[in-house]
Amino acid sequence: MTDGLSPNSIPVIPRGVRLHWDHVREKWVLLAPERAVALDPIGHAIMTEIDGARSFGTITTALADKYGAPHEQVAADAGEFLRGLMNRRILEVA
Amino acid sequence: MDGAEVRDWRAEGKANGIPAPIAMLAELTHRCPLSCPYCSNPVELAQKSLELDTSDWVRVFQQAAELGVLQLHLSGGEPAARRDLVDLVKAARDAGLYTNLITSGIGLTERRLQELDAAGLDHIQLSLQGTDANMADRIGGYKGGFQRKMQVAEWIKDIGFPLTLNAVVHRQNLHQLPRAIEMALEMNARRIEVAIVQFHGWAMSNRDALMPTKEQAQEASRVVAEARDRLKGQLVLDYVPADYHADYPKRCMGGWGTTGLNVAPDGEVLPCHAAQTIKSLRFDNVRTKSLSEIWYRGSAFNAYRGDDWMQEPCRSCDRKKLDFGGCRCQAMALAGDPNATDPVCVKSPLHAELQMHTALLSRDKTAELTFRKQPSA
Ligand code: SF4
Ligand code: SF4
Repeated sequence: MTDGLSPNSIPVIPRGVRLHWDHVREKWVLLAPERAVALDPIGHAIMTEIDGARSFGTITTALADKYGAPHEQVAADAGEFLRGLMNRRILEVA
Repeated sequence: MDGAEVRDWRAEGKANGIPAPIAMLAELTHRCPLSCPYCSNPVELAQKSLELDTSDWVRVFQQAAELGVLQLHLSGGEPAARRDLVDLVKAARDAGLYTNLITSGIGLTERRLQELDAAGLDHIQLSLQGTDANMADRIGGYKGGFQRKMQVAEWIKDIGFPLTLNAVVHRQNLHQLPRAIEMALEMNARRIEVAIVQFHGWAMSNRDALMPTKEQAQEASRVVAEARDRLKGQLVLDYVPADYHADYPKRCMGGWGTTGLNVAPDGEVLPCHAAQTIKSLRFDNVRTKSLSEIWYRGSAFNAYRGDDWMQEPCRSCDRKKLDFGGCRCQAMALAGDPNATDPVCVKSPLHAELQMHTALLSRDKTAELTFRKQPSA
């Protein structure tokens, strides 16, 4: 199940998980059951691209364009980050 | 309380190296239809007439969010015993808190769950006393409870609430652990918390009946490790092992006064749910002080921050930043001194004696359960 993140899969932020601006620590966090995952700017950029409709491939292409980074690198980094979340059931794929 | 006041406390806290708390446990009431013999509520339960009212809690939630709390756990007793539960959830969400309900399920109807859904409840933790009616109703001390819980689990699944199943296990039901994990999958739970009973509160008077054997404790660790591997990405398993059988103590709460706080039904603010067993501590109340002042300045919170309070062998131990010397309440209960090394630790002079005593407790064939009582009106 967790290896199932291909360019065609559509990442979905499931119910019970939300992005939250932590005004005290001044950073973005992902709030989930019993977890608060602090996001760095890259993590935040990835999460805000996820809309439950676009595929992982489309998202990484968009990110690569936006930040002028090599697509392969972006796909590898974003994939590692999102698989980590999937293992913790903080992210799902459709 | 105005925003400026909070920021001043925070600056002062930062200067003293005190981080803002991440989580708050709100014990809305100590009333509960169940009477689990391991209940973590204090043996002296808070009276119903002394419970904070709706507006008190709303104020506390707002103060918590300003202080930096991200996660709010609504607990008890049974939080569903509060008539204003839906309003409280709404207020917590309005304050910006991630809102989790810790419940036995008793007192939740389908209609009430829908109202909680509309109010924005983020997540539910459902407790499991056993995997069949026989066990669950005996341990919970409530006939018909298991069947009602199973009904509640169905409604939770239909509505689609994210769910964690909380399985508290001990000598009497540890053999049911594999089935509990299956049940979590059947309920569509994303997580299961497997906690071997911690000996605080009511559990302390039931050590003879609940203490797992060493073999059981090892088997539980094996079952959890196997399931974690097999169910990766499907079910998250969080595990609290049996620390009486361990060589090193559990970390205290992620550090006393660093991560979380508890508000008792009557408004007393505690560094952990068992802190009232340390009689030398004095607790502040949200009725008279702001949560920020209590967190940064309260004597109970400052009592075990840092490591100045530590004695040997902890003081010069290289694990002290890992486990903070173990649990203060356990040191109090087992060594009679809240500043002592947690006797679970191999380096404690009391360790050998505790291990022997634990083995004896775990083999007691005649022990009977003492159930928790109800708070007075
Ligand atoms: S542990 Fe049992 S008795 Fe205690 S609050 Fe939970 S359900 Fe009630
Ligand atoms: S001596 Fe103290 S700090 Fe060291 S491992 Fe034991 S409890 Fe932890």
